[in-house]
Amino acid sequence: MEAAARDRIAGRVSRVVGPLVRASGVKDARMLELVEVGRRRLIGEIVRLDGEEASIQVYEDTTGLRPGEPVYGSGAPLSVDLGPGLLGSIYDGIQRPLRAIGERSGRSIGRGVRLPAVDRERQWEVTPLVRAGDRVEGGQVIASVRETESIEHRVMVPPGVAGTVASVAPPGLYRVDERIAALDAGGAGAELTLRHRWPVRTRRPVASRLPVSSVLVTGQRVLDMLFPVPRGGAVALPGGFGTGKTMVQHALARWCDADIIVFIGCGERGNEMTDVLTRFPALVDPRSGRPLMERTVMIANTSNMPVAAREASIYTGITIAEYYRDMGYHVAVMADSTSRWAEALRELSGRMEELPADEGFPSYLPTRLAEFYERAGAAATLSGAEGSVTVIGSVSPPGGDFSEPVTQHTKRFVRALWALDRRLAEARHYPAVGWLESYSEYVEELAGWWEGEGIPEWRELRDETMGLLQQESRLQQVVKLVGPDVLPDSQRIILETCAILRNAFLQQDFFDEQDMYCPVRSAAKMLDLIILFHRLGSRAIRKGATLVAVKGLPACRALMRMRRTVRRDEPEALDRMAADLERSIAELEARSGRR
Amino acid sequence: MDGAERPAAREYVGVRQVAGPLVVVGGACRAGFNELAEVTGPDGTRRLGVVLETSDDAAVIQVFEGTMGLTIPGTRVRFRGRPLEAAVSREMLGRVFDGLGRPRDGGPEPLGGRPLDVNGLPINPTEREYPNRFIQTGLSAVDGMNTLIRGQKLPLFSGSGLPHNRIAAQIARQARIPGGRDEFAIVFAAMGIKFDAARFFMDGFEESGALRNAALFLNLADDPPVERLTAPRAALTLAEHLAFDLGVHVLVILTDMSNYCESLREIATVRGDIPSRKGYPGYLYSDLASIYERAGMVRGSGGSITQMPILTMPGDDITHPIPDLTGFITEGQIVLERELHRRGIYPPVGGLPSLSRLMKDGIGPGRTRDDHPRVASQLFEAYARVRDLRALASVIGEEELTPLDTAYLAFGRAFEERFLGQGEREDRSIEETLDRGWEVLALLPRDELHRMTEEDIERHGRAEAAR
Repeated sequence: MEAAARDRIAGRVSRVVGPLVRASGVKDARMLELVEVGRRRLIGEIVRLDGEEASIQVYEDTTGLRPGEPVYGSGAPLSVDLGPGLLGSIYDGIQRPLRAIGERSGRSIGRGVRLPAVDRERQWEVTPLVRAGDRVEGGQVIASVRETESIEHRVMVPPGVAGTVASVAPPGLYRVDERIAALDAGGAGAELTLRHRWPVRTRRPVASRLPVSSVLVTGQRVLDMLFPVPRGGAVALPGGFGTGKTMVQHALARWCDADIIVFIGCGERGNEMTDVLTRFPALVDPRSGRPLMERTVMIANTSNMPVAAREASIYTGITIAEYYRDMGYHVAVMADSTSRWAEALRELSGRMEELPADEGFPSYLPTRLAEFYERAGAAATLSGAEGSVTVIGSVSPPGGDFSEPVTQHTKRFVRALWALDRRLAEARHYPAVGWLESYSEYVEELAGWWEGEGIPEWRELRDETMGLLQQESRLQQVVKLVGPDVLPDSQRIILETCAILRNAFLQQDFFDEQDMYCPVRSAAKMLDLIILFHRLGSRAIRKGATLVAVKGLPACRALMRMRRTVRRDEPEALDRMAADLERSIAELEARSGRR
Repeated sequence: MDGAERPAAREYVGVRQVAGPLVVVGGACRAGFNELAEVTGPDGTRRLGVVLETSDDAAVIQVFEGTMGLTIPGTRVRFRGRPLEAAVSREMLGRVFDGLGRPRDGGPEPLGGRPLDVNGLPINPTEREYPNRFIQTGLSAVDGMNTLIRGQKLPLFSGSGLPHNRIAAQIARQARIPGGRDEFAIVFAAMGIKFDAARFFMDGFEESGALRNAALFLNLADDPPVERLTAPRAALTLAEHLAFDLGVHVLVILTDMSNYCESLREIATVRGDIPSRKGYPGYLYSDLASIYERAGMVRGSGGSITQMPILTMPGDDITHPIPDLTGFITEGQIVLERELHRRGIYPPVGGLPSLSRLMKDGIGPGRTRDDHPRVASQLFEAYARVRDLRALASVIGEEELTPLDTAYLAFGRAFEERFLGQGEREDRSIEETLDRGWEVLALLPRDELHRMTEEDIERHGRAEAAR
């Protein structure tokens, strides 16, 4: 909060119920204005105005707050600090820097602590990119800073500001608040620094929205090959507890080929955030060879942190994502879990005594969800670059029941669903993405991308695989009733093929060095190989071979273990397996034919 | 509320309303949210309460010991200017307290206590240490398949009549870090359980000599329900002091969380909170999290808090809000199954729905044994198949199954009897547990062991076959 406005008393506390505070005597406060509440100056936001009464949601624990204490106005809405130093940081839901707070106050997060979100003292090597006399607009890149080894931070004119450059600082070391350039903006001059602020509930402007066209490669076979999501897409990841949502989110944060990752831990476990914090600095980005933490921003509001900050955390995260998109980067936002965010809305709505709709959620839940997911997308930025924000939102449906309001409404605003299946999780089939319930509406739009990657057969492979899995599920119903023995070998080969699909392709071990990441080229070859097995196996059976004989071939047995045995940088090994398979099935046919 | 800024205590005579466990004080008493209040009845009895809601003209107080005998004109309320605190110290080990942390064993107040807010403060994730040390409980079902990790919160999901208390007591008795010689303590909080159950734990601790390293916070079934809300908090306040200030490894057992949630719902209803699922308040998740998240390890402290909450699932329904929300917060769950219990298998740990999320980092080479992750995964996969086959066999009869399927069923029986099943006094080492895993997997053809590497099968499968 800027110091100038800090001492304007906007009203006085008249009622406190948990995180919701009511203030009276409020005359000049604005809706969604950031305020400081009480003598401890707890941070809050005005969420309702009614005559001279204001309702304030407070982002910190309100223990000890009493009626009569002052409420200070700030004159500005809840905003985040944007500038170099964001990458590698971990923030709470309202962008307080947790590492700096930890260094200062130890194990617990004290109340009323204020520290700047981006370090004010650190100096950055700045290369200005404009000259005096240049005309600049909002969003235009005026300087460049190497924020981390792998990411160049492009310093932009804040959106809404424009003018002629009056002076530029020479290249050199600067702190975030030092002047880089000055503008003549029609009388009112403006000073540009490395840092600016942006209100979290307002989306950052772009020149135009673009259609999505390239796949966000995740290295997870089931997702890339069967349910691909583009850069700029929005996907929901629903699953009951224990189905592995967080594990999938972590795998995505590690392996997906976005330039920047914003990981929002919203109402989840403290140990999980610590897991990311301890693991990521040691992990290397497969593309840049640099620690993964250098491309990651984390927002952590664990389940025991104040509930109002949980509501804000989603917006804080997506605003930071948009900021990097505006520099021309592809950003992936992982929000884990949006259900906790929706529950925070419900809790605050209940405290405000609003009339509840479905399951106690406020009636504006779908509106809020829509606003959030619409901030995903590919765009031409104001500086003329292309960037995107992909949103991957986990949903935690109570009792694993997908008919509950958050899952249902979310499905309306995303175009892909990676549905996690409890039965798969119980059999430790991970990632437990259920192939019958999941979908991606992006399949058509992305076919061109696969052609560009030199895998034009992708669409066909995918359709054939989905067809087999569909048939398997029907056959399994028969098997459940009467056992597999009644099925002819021509149908049992489908079950066998799907067993290989499940074991060797759909499952992926997040902890196996070899298996944790699978390039699309290898994944396509694996799928091709499995489909080949089905085709050749069926042919052999038609020619009189038994399923047992087909299954028993070493070349077929090798398929089951291929995800562990074939190195990911050696996809040619899969070609050799295919050749082996063709040869041994031909031999088998010759033998069976002779009999 | 820290010392210097604390307002002095203020006293008010007369209240506006008494409803259930709540008392409403009228007038501009300017109570602080969550402030501690002393409520004195006309007969002079003093009770404690905390402020749930405060405004310009009233304060709502939740009274711990109940409101019986209070009158509108004769009740006095004194606001203490601080939140509910518990004075905690190492001296509390070996003692028994009530839900507010006051001695109930007839002994004196423990000396040298540090008064700390029972609600604690959230731990900064940057200050946590990621838990990855294996705790050996001596139970194969836990060690082999749902490994407990130091600093983890792993609840027991049970049902009425199932032996959750015996299992928790056995774990408390046997839990150790192989090769470790650190200081270890047990903090036990009972919420609304029967005296017999509390007695069972106390006897168990006494017999194993653990009682002198244990502190018990008892709120029995006939104690005031509102104190159920403070018992786990008081217990965790002590646990945090022991673990993070004194470097002790603490196992916290909380039983029964279902009773805790009932009390929470009761108060929410009296207050008129808008109910969400099954009448529980919308903040049940946040409230449970404020308890469960007080587990873990903190950098540089040397100690740890491992939580084992026990809850009985109403109607054995795992989708009921209490187990459901718990499962979303805790790092896995051990689910007890009635069917296994009926068949006389102890501990009746359901193989499939149970899960330990932190297991992955605490097992394997250098921690337990190289093959552990794959043995566990293979057992899970094979046992999942057994479940499907049993359903099939009940339709078409076991005779109609293929030889492979029959082998799976034999595996299923052996798994339940020889791997899961063990004696209440049987303390198995992790090697023994894993060897038993191989022993039951040996009933399956080698080709079925998809999740094993060739070397695993060479090394362990052979040894097993040789036996």
